Amino acid sequence: MARWAIAIHGGAGVDPNLPEHRQEEAKRVLARCLQVGVDALRGGAPALDVVEAVVRELETDPFFNSGRGSALTRLGTVEMEASIMDGRGRRCGAVSGVSTVKNPVSLARLVMDKSPHSYLAFDGAEEFAREQGLEVVDNSYFITEDNVDTLKLAKEANSILFDYRIPLGGSETCSAQAGSDNHSNGMVMNGLPISIYAPETVGCAVVDSNGFTAAATSTGGLMNKMTGRIGDSPLIGSGTYACDVCAVSCTGEGEAIIRSTLARDVAAVMEYRGAGLQEAVDYCVKERLDEGFAGLIAVSGTGEVAYGFNCTGMFRGCATEDGFMEVGIWE
Amino acid sequence: MGWAIALHGGAGDIPRSLPPERRDPRLATLRRCLHLATAALRAGRPALDVVELVVREMEDCPHFNAGRGSVLTTDGTVEMEAAVMDGNTMRCGAVSGLSTVVNAVSLARLVMDKTPHIYLAFDGAEAFAREQGVMTKDPSHFITEENKERLRQAKEANRVQIDYTQPMKGQESQAPPKDDNSRIGTVGCVAIDSAGNLATATSTGGLVNKMVGRIGDTPVIGAGTYANRLCAVSATGKGEAIIRHTVARDVAAMMEHGGLSLQDAAARVVGGVPPGNVGLVAVSAAGEVSMVYNTTGMFRACATEGGHSEVAIWPDDVDDASC
Repeated sequence: MARWAIAIHGGAGVDPNLPEHRQEEAKRVLARCLQVGVDALRGGAPALDVVEAVVRELETDPFFNSGRGSALTRLGTVEMEASIMDGRGRRCGAVSGVSTVKNPVSLARLVMDKSPHSYLAFDGAEEFAREQGLEVVDNSYFITEDNVDTLKLAKEANSILFDYRIPLGGSETCSAQAGSDNHSNGMVMNGLPISIYAPETVGCAVVDSNGFTAAATSTGGLMNKMTGRIGDSPLIGSGTYACDVCAVSCTGEGEAIIRSTLARDVAAVMEYRGAGLQEAVDYCVKERLDEGFAGLIAVSGTGEVAYGFNCTGMFRGCATEDGFMEVGIWE
Repeated sequence: MGWAIALHGGAGDIPRSLPPERRDPRLATLRRCLHLATAALRAGRPALDVVELVVREMEDCPHFNAGRGSVLTTDGTVEMEAAVMDGNTMRCGAVSGLSTVVNAVSLARLVMDKTPHIYLAFDGAEAFAREQGVMTKDPSHFITEENKERLRQAKEANRVQIDYTQPMKGQESQAPPKDDNSRIGTVGCVAIDSAGNLATATSTGGLVNKMVGRIGDTPVIGAGTYANRLCAVSATGKGEAIIRHTVARDVAAMMEHGGLSLQDAAARVVGGVPPGNVGLVAVSAAGEVSMVYNTTGMFRACATEGGHSEVAIWPDDVDDASC
């Protein structure tokens, strides 16, 4: 028998000035969701079911940017995406552009289990959700007051920034300009001040006591994103990956994660370099991420947990069979 | 060293009985693209421009499953997708769910060059296309009679059909089906220019009878398309298998993390995918070319500055394409 382990995240790139009460709330949500996973694993649930259940919990809680509480597009709508991968046989499912499905991760699971494909998007994904009888709600369910305000801020920041579409190496310049808009920490992602970036994607990676791994990731994407924008979360190998060796879920600046195929690379570094889990995670965060900010959580097939990030904090938690349990935000 | 280029027009169970009227136009397009690319590389055009140029040309050819000639969804519509990636900067762009854009690969390039994002899909991608003023046509422009017939047959067989698979009726007997609708798949191109820049691009209409909204491997960076400083890769075949094996990235990962040569990495990656599912073309920073597949055949062509060039479908029909 292998030893189970679980890691979860609620996004990387935390506003360093996040108020104390918000930090406490984040930790409470993380601890509660982690406990859902721990209980399921103790009950012998398979890894695939555990990652789905935990991500559903995280999606349903409005604190994080997925499901209810998702970031808004430029048009003020919600377009959610998610993916799930079973390390056993490397089966996978993904969805993008979901606007009414309460739990996108479960739709991703159904794409994997019930469709001939691995990835469905927009109208086709919505249609499939209805066909499968998944719970759907009005798009307004996902839109929180907080996020409406944040979108307004993001749009204002846009008008301040000269042209945030061309951040190529010029993100410092952008942040200097954005800094005048009371985001004095000067951290930016995709040319937006970090506190506007709303990066709290959620994810979970698990190895069960049979040694099977699984990973799942779910997100509302970037605040003020163009409609139709797809990030790393639904992309197998970028935001999500699982195989015999490990399971990984990433979060942060999607475009940087895609360029580095970050999730797959943790596994590739273990497979092709013979690295251990934490070593592979550290290597990927250091060597594979370019100027982008991101973080990831991972479990190995042998029951270790690891995480890494190159930005100010990541909402995260992990637990292992031998009783270790941790919830944290900062380094 | 020097420049090198490789392109494909899909891998799959391409029957030896493929009649000349279905084979020749495709081979002619491969040759034309090879000449186009060779001339562009000789003239010092960057690899990124060359792969875009070649893939545009193949999209415009109705004999390939990309652009005009794309296969149809279960609703009889076209949903095209494409990706492009620059090896040295690792910048990339991708699009899915296009129904009116004449050259999907060029929209992917614009996503890369003109947006803060990498990947736009469906209505948002179409809106961006209009914003950018790229050429669009009525969706009917992309739909050929041949593809309507293929969809009808696929529905009759009640299954999702990989674009070049034989219809079910031909299955019991190994005899060639009456209406040979063998079809080229996805198109792709990889190049290294004489300045050492690597680039890749892939474009497709997807699967016959696919569900509306289905995304395949082509636009997924790391699956159907990937380039870095070591190599550029474009894959084709069964999208779902290519996604789970992160085929294009894995060629690069084996070189980067495992120290393998391009040839060895490509062979190992293709060998690791169940037979009949994948083919790829790749070039390395050292100017090597690799074109491998575990299917019956792959429409493919390549050329190097050193003077080697070929055009082929199966393992044993390799033609010198030198000009």
